[in-house]
Amino acid sequence: MNDKLYKVLLFAAALIMPIVCGGVVYALVTDAYEAFEHFGFFKFLTSSEWSYTEGAEQYGALPFITGTLMTTLLALIFCIPFSLPVALFVGEYFKGTKVAAVLSTVTDLLAGIPSIIYGLWGFYTLRPIIMALNISPQGSGVLTASLVLAIMIVPYAASLSAEFIKMVPNDLKEGAYSLGATRAEVIRKVVFPVAGSGIFSSYILAIGRALGETMTVTMLIGNTNNIPDSITSTGNSMASIIANQFGEADDLRLSSLIAIGLILFLITAFINLIGKIMIKRARIA
Amino acid sequence: MNKLKIRNRLAKDKALLWVVCLLAALTAVPLFAILGEVFLRGYDQLSWSFFTEPTPTAYKAMKAIEAGEPIPGGIANGIVGTMLMLGMAAVVAVPIGILCGAYLAENPKNRFAQTVSYLTDLLQGTPSVIIGIVVYIWVVVPMKSYSAIAGSVALFIMMLPLIIRSTEETLKILPASLKEAGLALGGNRARVMLKVQLPAAFGGIFTGVLLAISRVIGETAPLMFTALGCSFIRFAVDKPISAVPLLIWEFFNDPNLQELIWGASLFLLLFVLTLNLTAKYLAKKWNQ
Repeated sequence: MNDKLYKVLLFAAALIMPIVCGGVVYALVTDAYEAFEHFGFFKFLTSSEWSYTEGAEQYGALPFITGTLMTTLLALIFCIPFSLPVALFVGEYFKGTKVAAVLSTVTDLLAGIPSIIYGLWGFYTLRPIIMALNISPQGSGVLTASLVLAIMIVPYAASLSAEFIKMVPNDLKEGAYSLGATRAEVIRKVVFPVAGSGIFSSYILAIGRALGETMTVTMLIGNTNNIPDSITSTGNSMASIIANQFGEADDLRLSSLIAIGLILFLITAFINLIGKIMIKRARIA
Repeated sequence: MNKLKIRNRLAKDKALLWVVCLLAALTAVPLFAILGEVFLRGYDQLSWSFFTEPTPTAYKAMKAIEAGEPIPGGIANGIVGTMLMLGMAAVVAVPIGILCGAYLAENPKNRFAQTVSYLTDLLQGTPSVIIGIVVYIWVVVPMKSYSAIAGSVALFIMMLPLIIRSTEETLKILPASLKEAGLALGGNRARVMLKVQLPAAFGGIFTGVLLAISRVIGETAPLMFTALGCSFIRFAVDKPISAVPLLIWEFFNDPNLQELIWGASLFLLLFVLTLNLTAKYLAKKWNQ
């Protein structure tokens, strides 16, 4: 094979990416168009009606956008108190030791569990606990979904944060130790300021994960098409309404679901872009 | 006074260490809780017939429950479907992914390569349910039928970015002298890539492929709109087909079949975790 042919071959393979991504956007936009045209773009975003009575069909994305934001935000809040200690454990306290390797294997395995199995576990183990604690009568809802989501994103946030914590230069830390700082003070005054932007960006990417998580949320959020009025009430996220109704939908409802898909795609793409840019900056700094 | 302050600071230091250890240890709890629950509830369902027979109808299952017998049948239709779709997806995704990854590694500063690299990130971050919608529009609508092909296209799209990234990263960390030595010996770029760089990167790429497979094998949402599901063993690529995660979803929704959930989940979980651990072991071995 000569060099020219080789280059052409590699280039042709690389073309697959623009083709696939272009195809994704094209398919979503053309099929979502009907819904946006029928309801108007902003009306669709801000309407909280979701009724499929024939002749008076009304579809709006607001309940699901709210559901997605609520589950994601709560999952993030629940995730931080666990992922940050894991990152400190692996990246600072026990850096390079066997225990740290074991813990990072454990979190890797957590990341590998399929989301439908997380959903089963949430449904058969966590939901009865929520019911027994009298937090909500039906057990499923935003809170239950967020708790399991949090477990699912801990590995992502923790492994990336640990990477940045590991990169904090030793001489900075040693400087602080030589001034008499304790380890806790070094972490607070040296490690966090230096690794902070990297840690922050790892949470942004964890949010990106949580936004689109489908099966777990579908199995746990309760599937009602309303704006959740508290964290214990039921609702639907953008991904879960699609998973629930896509198979049975046609015409305008199908188009509305695809429109919700398009919005979800744009939100995750935007969040991931920000995360990636921040990570790049944090790595250079 | 000063002594008290120092004691205070030391106590805080110790407290932080304990809190970190405690919370880090707590993070491992869900893994063992999930493994334990799936194992305890599923192990007695695993039998030879569980892997060789297709899913029973809800009616048959109901009859068996009424008679107090174990539900007949298994998940063979799902295993066949998963293997068929994964196989088709991997056969296309692995070569294209490796070539595309090689392109990115060879042209790190090229504008087009940077765009491709960004798009790879974009695709990797795209929720799988959206891939399902898109493949429904691309494949299911024109073919007027759910099919194994549609399912494998969805798996293909999800595997691609993972393989591209692992290939690119593995090729990039190979010592430059390796490539230079190959070129100095008179090999052209294609030959050096094929005979020197790719063999040297084999471990990393193989690990990446294993991880990509383990990532998509449990995907449910995209298959719901593409492969749909099927209650008997089928090898046709243009007809609806089942998959193990789809079966779990079916069992979850059908009260008569709920007993089968745990066997199927245990099988899927063991498969995924074994792939993961193998990949991790190989990566470590290869790094030495």
